[in-house]
Amino acid sequence: MLEYRVEIALWAISGIIPFFMLNIWTNNNLNESINISDVLLSRYFLCAFFVRQFSVVWVVFSFEEDSLMGKVSPYLIQPLNPFFRYFAQHLAEQITRFPFALIIAFFFFIFNPESIWIPNLGILLLSIVSTFLSFLIQFLIQSIVACLCFWTEKASSIERLLFIPTLFFSGLLAPVVSFPEYVKSWIYLTPFPYLIDFPANLLSGNETNISGGLSMQILWIFLLFPLFKKIWSEGTKKYTAMGS
Amino acid sequence: MVQNIIEVRNLSKSFDISSKEPGLKGTIKHFFRRQTKSLKVIKNISFKIKEGEIIGFLGANGAGKTTILKMLCGLIYPSEGSILVSGSLPFKRKKSFLKNITLIMGQKQQLIWDLPPIESFFLNASIYDLDKFEAKKRIKKLSEMLEIDEELFIPVRKLSLGQRMKSELLAALIHEPNILFLDEPTLGLDINAQRNLRKFLQKYNRETNATICLTSHYMKDITSLCKRVICVHEGSISYDGKLDLLLKKLSPVKEILIVCRSEEDAIKLGNSGFTVKNKIKNEVTIKIENNYFTSSLKTILNNFDIEDLFINEPPIDEVIGKVLIKKDYDI
Repeated sequence: MLEYRVEIALWAISGIIPFFMLNIWTNNNLNESINISDVLLSRYFLCAFFVRQFSVVWVVFSFEEDSLMGKVSPYLIQPLNPFFRYFAQHLAEQITRFPFALIIAFFFFIFNPESIWIPNLGILLLSIVSTFLSFLIQFLIQSIVACLCFWTEKASSIERLLFIPTLFFSGLLAPVVSFPEYVKSWIYLTPFPYLIDFPANLLSGNETNISGGLSMQILWIFLLFPLFKKIWSEGTKKYTAMGS
Repeated sequence: MVQNIIEVRNLSKSFDISSKEPGLKGTIKHFFRRQTKSLKVIKNISFKIKEGEIIGFLGANGAGKTTILKMLCGLIYPSEGSILVSGSLPFKRKKSFLKNITLIMGQKQQLIWDLPPIESFFLNASIYDLDKFEAKKRIKKLSEMLEIDEELFIPVRKLSLGQRMKSELLAALIHEPNILFLDEPTLGLDINAQRNLRKFLQKYNRETNATICLTSHYMKDITSLCKRVICVHEGSISYDGKLDLLLKKLSPVKEILIVCRSEEDAIKLGNSGFTVKNKIKNEVTIKIENNYFTSSLKTILNNFDIEDLFINEPPIDEVIGKVLIKKDYDI
């Protein structure tokens, strides 16, 4: 990743959807409808940007390409599940992007000095844990979808179906609290609000149920992991090693 | 007694293949009513391979050679039959089994494209639980054998095909596997690089007693490395045995062009009972069966005044080509 310096900067910049959303929210005074101040809202979207930077996952695209090009074959006969490779790649890229994310935050505070705050150490540590759990959930969901390559060859199309609820229900476009009550009660039963909304609220200091959120994240990981293992074991039996 | 390291019994493999007619009509039909058929690409084959053997799998394109290798290394699941490699069921992909084998497939690479090969070697070393000291030792040994040095520190994308192939081999052998599955290992390499690779494989086999299963369309790879070959024809084994026996069977006659000192001698030779193919002035081309080759040659040299002679053997590619289109060879 460090081979391509410009790519890293562009990657970091490409995650600025939350800042656009902040602009839309504040310019239209939408925050008044959910009783949240401008400052808290801007902190929320900055945190959403950070959480997104460190939890974004693209394993389905990497795996699909490697699978179609026959690159998965050498990985499959190594004594290490190929998904560990992708996992390590994601972690390495997250670390690489960290300084660029800090620079973007720095500029954000220059233009929004009233939003500056320093979270206490405990909250910061819990937020890091929560962001990592969010990354794990997304990695598992995408890995499960990626395994469908063994059957469909074009698993990324299925991932696009998941992208829509992820975009709307994760809190990337709007805090989940802004949704109507009956919608919220359903959303909280899905893994989506624990991907961005919960860690971003936690880090920004907004009111949130910390133990409930973390428990739900862990629960989703426990549900998704055996599903991944099962689909992986069934999928590899279907593998035809095409392209190699 | 040398033990069997690979045992294959009644192995079959089928793939589901969908077909589509050309054009828009075909595409629409394919969208609504996809026609899929099961294609049996490997048909009930059995063979055994002994530890330390170098076996060549021969066959035309699509005969099933690569599919056999893929099943032997556990990459794909067999439809029927049993495979035992080094005492393990390959498709279970147990760590102990995977640490014992390697697969090299032509130009399909496992090296990280943007980084120098040395980084991939250390990554592979970690995957195979080798400590840094042992990894360095093995990289040094293998790079000497493969004659690569500076290339280890140049990004893979900037290496030539030959240099990349050598690096691929190093990456695939860093864990010192006992069984090597090589699918077209010399594909795309120039003649010198091919020769060096063959020399390396011979040396590796000699020094480690590794078993090597090889497919190649370059006959030189097969003739210089393999004593035994398995010929695959449309998913079935058409021949399993020694390569030289197969060559004798397929090419039972040698041609000799004899240049006599005089035309008189040439006429005498032509009338001495040999099968004459051609005669021009003092040059006679005769055919001799392989079984009588030495004795016939002695007779000719003792009884005729010979200026020169040339032994013409049919090109090996031509001979092996016959195997690829025939179903059965009884030797």
